[in-house]
Amino acid sequence: MTTDVWQVAWFTVTVAGVATIVMLPPGIGLAWLFARHRFLGRTALETLVALPLVIPPVATGLILLNLFGRRGSLGRLLAAAGVEVIFTWKAVVLAMAVMGLPLLVRAGRVAFEQVDRRYEQMAATLGAGPLRVFMTVSLPLAGRGLMAGTLLAFSRALGEFGATVMVAGSIPGSTRTIAAGIYSYTEVGNDAAAAGLLLVSICIAFGALWVSNRLAQS
Amino acid sequence: MSFALTLDFVLRQDDFVLEMHEQVADRAVALYGRSGAGKTMVLDTVAGLRRPHRGRIQAGDHVLFDSKAHVDLPARHRRVGYVPQDVTLFPHMDVRRNVMYGAGRSTSNMLAHVLDLLDLEPFLDRRVGQLSGGERQRVAIARALMAAPDLLLLDEPLSALDVELRARVLPYLVRVRDDLRVPMLYVSHHADEVRAIADWVIHLERGRVTAAGPAEKVLAAAAGTGGLDSPG
Repeated sequence: MTTDVWQVAWFTVTVAGVATIVMLPPGIGLAWLFARHRFLGRTALETLVALPLVIPPVATGLILLNLFGRRGSLGRLLAAAGVEVIFTWKAVVLAMAVMGLPLLVRAGRVAFEQVDRRYEQMAATLGAGPLRVFMTVSLPLAGRGLMAGTLLAFSRALGEFGATVMVAGSIPGSTRTIAAGIYSYTEVGNDAAAAGLLLVSICIAFGALWVSNRLAQS
Repeated sequence: MSFALTLDFVLRQDDFVLEMHEQVADRAVALYGRSGAGKTMVLDTVAGLRRPHRGRIQAGDHVLFDSKAHVDLPARHRRVGYVPQDVTLFPHMDVRRNVMYGAGRSTSNMLAHVLDLLDLEPFLDRRVGQLSGGERQRVAIARALMAAPDLLLLDEPLSALDVELRARVLPYLVRVRDDLRVPMLYVSHHADEVRAIADWVIHLERGRVTAAGPAEKVLAAAAGTGGLDSPG
């Protein structure tokens, strides 16, 4: 396999890792919120978070482009602060995080729902405040499910294509991911490079999903 | 030191109404009644895990709930130690971390005393899953005591144990009552346990207090109506 293939593979794994880290705090927070609280607008918020699972990824990409582009409301604010997102590695992270978040939230919600509330109540009677209860009881007891969800979201990020090409394109050495690379190499007839990326993609995704399934089953 | 427990509240949940208007000066009080009488609901309410419709709950000088004064302390500020029926030791922690979880106000002397009282020193580094039923109950009691509670709530702490284990754990509860002198509210439907632990008994039936008084008197009256050792 060529250096280009390895560079694309390494870049993809790195940005998918960063995207996973970025989505962890909101993902775990939303999962806990949906598992433990009833509030006005909960269903609407749940539906909004899950939307990227069901609408075409390019549509999600278009929404992100309109938000973070130079004319977008968030893009203008970021540009004023000197931060350029669209067609940079940051756009790849953004697209991967938005597409992976629903999977993390769904798995995390199930994980938190499986934690017996009685443990949290006992921690409270022992003087623990909500943050301590969450950090020392809820989070560790939901740990396996959350880890499985995190790996699932990471796997989803690795394979992200539609939203990524909309907001970041497929710029060699800058924003090209495995999925975008396979498409680009195939388009120009470089079947060997496409096959190399395909193999790397299968190996990484298989490993991540295998661990995720093992964690979910145990 | 004198202690008084006020349980004066009404709690509604679906079709069930739990109503108590009791003021007790004894330190070892038992809630006695059949399954479904509302005994665990009383403990949950005192612990701050359920909110009464109205009323007042006070342990010693500590007002835990007062609907008129708009006082409703959250569970973490109530200073009650709760040993639930379904022992909820934290399964991801060893015995030491379980016992020390709420030990913010307790000293190392207190830890040594509690461990000695409940014979727990040899188990400190064990995982919860490695403990027998009786050992788990003792750890749950130690964990509740280490939070230095003003009131200890014990919900059928021996119900999951066989007769032999119950006979072995019961003396530990008597030691907690006599040595530490922590006021306790003890739930059971076993007359022998109640007789061994409590000075004052509140007899509950379908959410209502049907009798309250010195243990022997209430238990004798209950025995006259068939007793409760085989809950219906």
